[in-house]
Amino acid sequence: MTPEESRELSRRNRRSFLGLGAGLAAAWGAWTLASNSADSDGIPVAFRKTLQWNESVSSNLLYSANNLAPEFPASAIGELRENGTIGLGDDRPQANWQVALTLRQGTPPVKVGLTAIQELPEYRQTTEFKCIEGWSTVASWKGTRFSDFVKKFAPDSPRESKWVGLDTPDEEYYVGLDMASALHPQTMLAWELNGAPLTEEHGAPLRLVIPVKYGIKNIKRIATISFTAQRPNDYWAERGYDYYSGL
Amino acid sequence: MLQLKHKIVTRWTHWANSIVLLLMIWSGILIYWAHDVYHITIGSLTLKFFPDWFYSTLRIPSHLADGMAIHFTLMWLFAIIGLTYVIHTLVSGEWRHLVPGRNALPDAISVTLIDAGLKRGPLPPQGRYNAAQQIAYSSIILMGLGSILTGFAIYKPTQLAWLTWLFGGYETARLIHFALTLGYLLFLVIHVLQVIRAGWHNFTSMISGYEPVGAPATNTLPGKVGSSQ
Repeated sequence: MTPEESRELSRRNRRSFLGLGAGLAAAWGAWTLASNSADSDGIPVAFRKTLQWNESVSSNLLYSANNLAPEFPASAIGELRENGTIGLGDDRPQANWQVALTLRQGTPPVKVGLTAIQELPEYRQTTEFKCIEGWSTVASWKGTRFSDFVKKFAPDSPRESKWVGLDTPDEEYYVGLDMASALHPQTMLAWELNGAPLTEEHGAPLRLVIPVKYGIKNIKRIATISFTAQRPNDYWAERGYDYYSGL
Repeated sequence: MLQLKHKIVTRWTHWANSIVLLLMIWSGILIYWAHDVYHITIGSLTLKFFPDWFYSTLRIPSHLADGMAIHFTLMWLFAIIGLTYVIHTLVSGEWRHLVPGRNALPDAISVTLIDAGLKRGPLPPQGRYNAAQQIAYSSIILMGLGSILTGFAIYKPTQLAWLTWLFGGYETARLIHFALTLGYLLFLVIHVLQVIRAGWHNFTSMISGYEPVGAPATNTLPGKVGSSQ
């Protein structure tokens, strides 16, 4: 290199180092701004907004009621972990269990007995329960399709409402579902697991099984079902998790 | 004389996606921790991914929600920057320096052994990059694509069931995703080492784009100059 070339190289390097430094500073600034943005249900709002954008991409572009979670032979069934006890703390007796059904936001609930729900068309599935932690277990469920429950007890609600909220009796655990996922053919109200009535740990006497979403949405021990115009509260969504949680 | 070795898009995407990838790996470990089942067993020795001290030192536990929020945000940036690099590399003709040639594999082994001091020269002929570099820099792009595809296979195993199936199911897709991540870390160690060994002008060429003509190519013996284009 001639001295001239050496000077030119130094000049270019200096300029570009400054440019790289500016780029890194801008990136660091953006990251800091995003990470320190206001808390939005357990995560900074910058990230919460992206999760919500992902949700609209998923529900508008990817989701289809024709996409089914795979089913498995009985030989694949495993022992389902009892991964949470939140919401199971009441001591309400199981006899004459009734679900409080709110047909439209702002209207008083009507009572639907479990026996009436159990007269709906029987539906069984053997699907993977997928925990948001990353593990999965195949389980066999018996109950009725949620869409059949809706047809019988809340036929106008899908038209009038956009969301379904479900709660436990003690209101300690609660989930919110978008209407499309709630009406997915594999979404069901279940009362039997692997050939036996639900145990306390697994959500007796009635739970939700929704294989198109992570396990967190599969609420146990359902006491209330509400059809609402506004997004219902969701236990894990309040703690930083994605509301949609769709598979 | 000065020559332009790396074009501006190459340089910007190189540095930008290095940072994004590190954040993807970080947030990925926050997610992996929640179901950290992978281990390597050789005989009676088990290497666990990862031991408890690793998690506690880096304060990883119980940040699954944060991990997912970061991962599912930055994944878009990773994909866009990666795609920008690939399109630019194709359109600009730069791909001709990167795609391994017919004799790539034996040449790459030869270069590596000579570089490690395990074999004597002469080095195989090369252009801007030797065969080992070509394989490495082409593989990293395929790996990036693999991470994106296996990522979506894990992310949407029902809505994108065909993709999950292509990768052998959810568990296998997750394992491939993890293995590719270990691959990035291995690449990083070797790459940084080689950059240090290649000297200041080579390093700054990835920042300003320019290096002196006749600058020694990586892995050449002192006094022997590769033919750069």
